[in-house]
Amino acid sequence: MLTDQEREEIEAELRRYPDKRAGCVEAMKVVQRHHGWVSDDSLKSLALLLGMTCEELEGVATFYNLIFRKPVGRHVILLCDSISCWIKGCDALRGHVTSRLGIAMGQTSADGRFTLLPIVCLGACDHAPVMMIDDDLHGDLTTEQIDHIVERYP
Amino acid sequence: MERPLTQRIRPQADPMNLAEYEDTGGYEAARKAVQTMAPQDVQRLVTDSTLRGRGGAGFATGLKWSFVPMGLDAPRPKYLVANADEMEPGTFKDRLLLEGDPHQMVESMVVSAYAIQAEVGYIFLRSEYKRAARLLHKAIAEARSHGYLGRNLFGSDFSFDLHLHTSAGRYICGEETALLNSLEGKRAIPRSKPPYPQTAGLWGKPTVVQNVETLYNVPHIVRHGVEWYRGLGHGHEGGTKLYGVSGNVKRPGTWELPMGTTMRTILEEYAGGMCEGFSFRGLLPGGASTAFVTEEHLDLPMDFESLPRAGSRMGTGTMIVLDDRTCPVGFVRNLEHFFAQESCGWCTPCWEGLSWTERILEGLEEGRGRPEDLDLLTMHTRLIGPGRTFCALAPGAMDPLQSALKHFRADFERHIHERRCPWREQGATIGARR
Repeated sequence: MLTDQEREEIEAELRRYPDKRAGCVEAMKVVQRHHGWVSDDSLKSLALLLGMTCEELEGVATFYNLIFRKPVGRHVILLCDSISCWIKGCDALRGHVTSRLGIAMGQTSADGRFTLLPIVCLGACDHAPVMMIDDDLHGDLTTEQIDHIVERYP
Repeated sequence: MERPLTQRIRPQADPMNLAEYEDTGGYEAARKAVQTMAPQDVQRLVTDSTLRGRGGAGFATGLKWSFVPMGLDAPRPKYLVANADEMEPGTFKDRLLLEGDPHQMVESMVVSAYAIQAEVGYIFLRSEYKRAARLLHKAIAEARSHGYLGRNLFGSDFSFDLHLHTSAGRYICGEETALLNSLEGKRAIPRSKPPYPQTAGLWGKPTVVQNVETLYNVPHIVRHGVEWYRGLGHGHEGGTKLYGVSGNVKRPGTWELPMGTTMRTILEEYAGGMCEGFSFRGLLPGGASTAFVTEEHLDLPMDFESLPRAGSRMGTGTMIVLDDRTCPVGFVRNLEHFFAQESCGWCTPCWEGLSWTERILEGLEEGRGRPEDLDLLTMHTRLIGPGRTFCALAPGAMDPLQSALKHFRADFERHIHERRCPWREQGATIGARR
């Protein structure tokens, strides 16, 4: 089920396209903004709204790495593992973050606070190594800084 | 030195709003084009400027536009799409333009859309560029409320509206036909060409897809003319280029410089040379899908014509530097991991070949390398090279590999003979541990 608020936001997105289907990624992102992820129920309602079959919409949903088809934590950490960050030591950072949060890449912490995911180049290579938490970009990372930054996301 | 593309960018401050942008000559090119020029005249200026695409492929912009059907019986609507899906590893130039001067994005779209008589535009922006999204939304709204987007622009009969589309990941969306499928709400797999997007693109209508930096050049060409524009560059290719450097250099960053500035100048004068204790071994000139060049090539100009002489390409113009404390095999393994992961899975040579390539490199790094592995890797660089796949992802992935096998062959052999990665025990660089 979609809430009225979600429907309203989705309708606004759809107005930018001549075809409802074209708005499907934006529509799923609206759902994610409210729930963090796209559940089977949401997917079914969205498919109906967009005039797509569930299979078609699922095919799109699973193609994109930033559409989440499983629940995620309150905050999503995207740790860049592309070349410039690798040169600048992102492997060591990953080791530090996984042990500090007690989860492997792709997992969510038991308290539901963080989901940890790898991400491709974030286009901020002059500040490598970098990561994003939710909508915020953090660069020039060291293990000490990561500890401080993570504290800002309760 | 003139820096038209970045002249309005104020570091550490919000970008100019519409009033400030106009005070510095903003929207003059749009007004001039729409009010005083025929669409074909704008196209001719762009052709004469010799502007080439800044997204990596370097295709001539004027030539690209010339394939769009014009005139009253052309199919409608026509579309213009800005490719702002910047995701090439080591590339961080379009972010600077989008966050630093969003109104220039809007004006570039208006002028370019006028040239091809497009009615609708989309900016296809990668999901992670949150700040750019916020600023572009604001710029588009400001432009629309001032009548710079919408119906009858600048008192003419030309109408154009512009929308921001934010994506949800996947590198392949940067490939122009995959991008069109993505915009239509489908899985982003590349389309078979022909037909090309200029005749049958978005929803089957004529469509031009153009990189952000390429578009940013257009208003300046219109405003100041071809002679001025060509005079900005060194050598044959006119204009300026956003160059960048990342890796273990003293001052990683992005700079707008004359097209054709040498790699050595960019590396040593702008990026400040290598960090203390690190020596230069090679670089990828323009993102992960370009071939390594080495010390002997550094005096070549960074432009489209010169890099092929070193067996490489300019690509996006943002260099990634390999130093002596970073393992070249590990470097290439990281790249092939990226390409294997980002393969859309549509054609077999790409999704099969890239994952095997990654696995062989992983074996080398972990001490399981066999002498025949180097021949196997070389075979892959041929079998998934140009002409065997729908798009350029796999051939692009092979460029750093084949050039690394050429320039750093002894390092690959050491991995096999010593049955380990020689960089791991040194502990000199964290980057080598993977």
